[in-house]
Amino acid sequence: MAEIIQTALYELHISLGAKMVPFAGYEMPVQYTTGVMKEHIHTRNKVGLFDVSHMGQIIIRPKNGNLSDIAASLEKLIPIDIIDLPKYQQRYGFFTNNHGGIIDDLMVSNQGDHLFLVVNAGCKKTDIEHLRENLGENCKLEVLENRSLIALQGPKAEKVLSEFSNQIINMNFMDTLKIQLQGFEVWISRSGYTGEDGFEISIPNENVNEFTEHLLNNEDVLPIGLGARDSLRLEAGLCLYGHDIDQNSSPTEAGLNWAISKKRRNNGIRCGNFLGSKRILNEISNGADIKRVGIVPTGRAPMREGVKLFKDSNDTRPIGRVTSGGFGPTVEKAISMGYLETSYTKVNTKIFAEIRGKRMEAVVTSLPFTKLNFKRSN
Amino acid sequence: MKFTEDHEWLLKEDDHVIVGITEHAAEALGDLVFVELPDVGTSVSKGDEIVVIESVKAASDITAPLDGEIIEVNEQLTEKPELVNDDPLGAAWFFKMKLTDPSEIDNLMDEDAYKELIG
Repeated sequence: MAEIIQTALYELHISLGAKMVPFAGYEMPVQYTTGVMKEHIHTRNKVGLFDVSHMGQIIIRPKNGNLSDIAASLEKLIPIDIIDLPKYQQRYGFFTNNHGGIIDDLMVSNQGDHLFLVVNAGCKKTDIEHLRENLGENCKLEVLENRSLIALQGPKAEKVLSEFSNQIINMNFMDTLKIQLQGFEVWISRSGYTGEDGFEISIPNENVNEFTEHLLNNEDVLPIGLGARDSLRLEAGLCLYGHDIDQNSSPTEAGLNWAISKKRRNNGIRCGNFLGSKRILNEISNGADIKRVGIVPTGRAPMREGVKLFKDSNDTRPIGRVTSGGFGPTVEKAISMGYLETSYTKVNTKIFAEIRGKRMEAVVTSLPFTKLNFKRSN
Repeated sequence: MKFTEDHEWLLKEDDHVIVGITEHAAEALGDLVFVELPDVGTSVSKGDEIVVIESVKAASDITAPLDGEIIEVNEQLTEKPELVNDDPLGAAWFFKMKLTDPSEIDNLMDEDAYKELIG
């Protein structure tokens, strides 16, 4: 077993009373003294600060200086439009495998002379190997171990971060910006994993404590652990890799077709030419056998990951399973996401989950459970 | 008040006991979001899983502390599971039970012994 890694903010977490748990090889705060429920609600109402330094930050540079060459290489692994991704903009995407499953989901941005990727902690190693194996000679890969990543999420995130630089006010959802602070550079993207407006900020390890403490001095900002991060993203209907999506789930099954650029689909100008394109393009046109949906239990009992779903209270053949589930502090009820055979995925379809040997009623709903509050350009 | 190793407290009241979970247990569980109580009249044996509780983190059980019969349950907890975090030693009792052998309660830990157990 590999040694557990502490982020540069470890001591700060401890001093803030965090309960630390192992997560994807890192020792991470699952909650602070505030508690999961209140941390969740605080993020929706004000601002939450998350240490997400366990995530992988990767730079890909073209040895020949031509960014569109490496963008073309990366498009073979990610079925989105990277070649025409405007400078300083970010897009959501995923590495697909030969069978049309998902190796990891990620963010990629165009930084002018390089591409910047943010990948999941648990998939970091696999992703890097995948990139090294499949990107051409022209691509130079840098895995950044010297930078931390924090997320500032919530309706007041813009106000809080604008104390460092007024420029961030002009950013829209998925814009990125590098700003120079005293002696160091922070890389900001207007994005996150909570369904709220907010920012992800990459900071050199040696400066991250000072920067984070400064943010925490603002009375609107509270540190938020992985517990609330999970319930926030669940309410926002966002997939957690390894749970809601994995090597077997396809983008269509997962409801992620929206992320696949028109240019890469049938009749697009750069149609196909990515791993698993046969299955993925076919499913975009014809649908898949199963689909990810929202599930709301009629009673109060949470339906958690692994719970089997049935069409009625007696039938023994499962029609699906829950992949994420728990309590949504903002919607104030139990909520789940899961996969169902497509014929049962119509909104308001009544289904049954088996919990502790009992069949409990639930209703299929659309996602997300809460309104997404991203700052979109008009 | 007496305590079990499963972090339950028992309080004698007339010819029965009131059962709840300790502050230590409530804190370790985190914010409670669901409570499922047993039916009144159920005969239970020590160690039976009789209450389901779920926190924001996970599901767990509360077991019968001793042999006996459930004579009353705190229905309020079904609607307000958060009460367990707010007042675990008071308003958030889980059930009342008539013990088969009332003297068995004397074998449970007192407060000092329980405090020692949780360090």
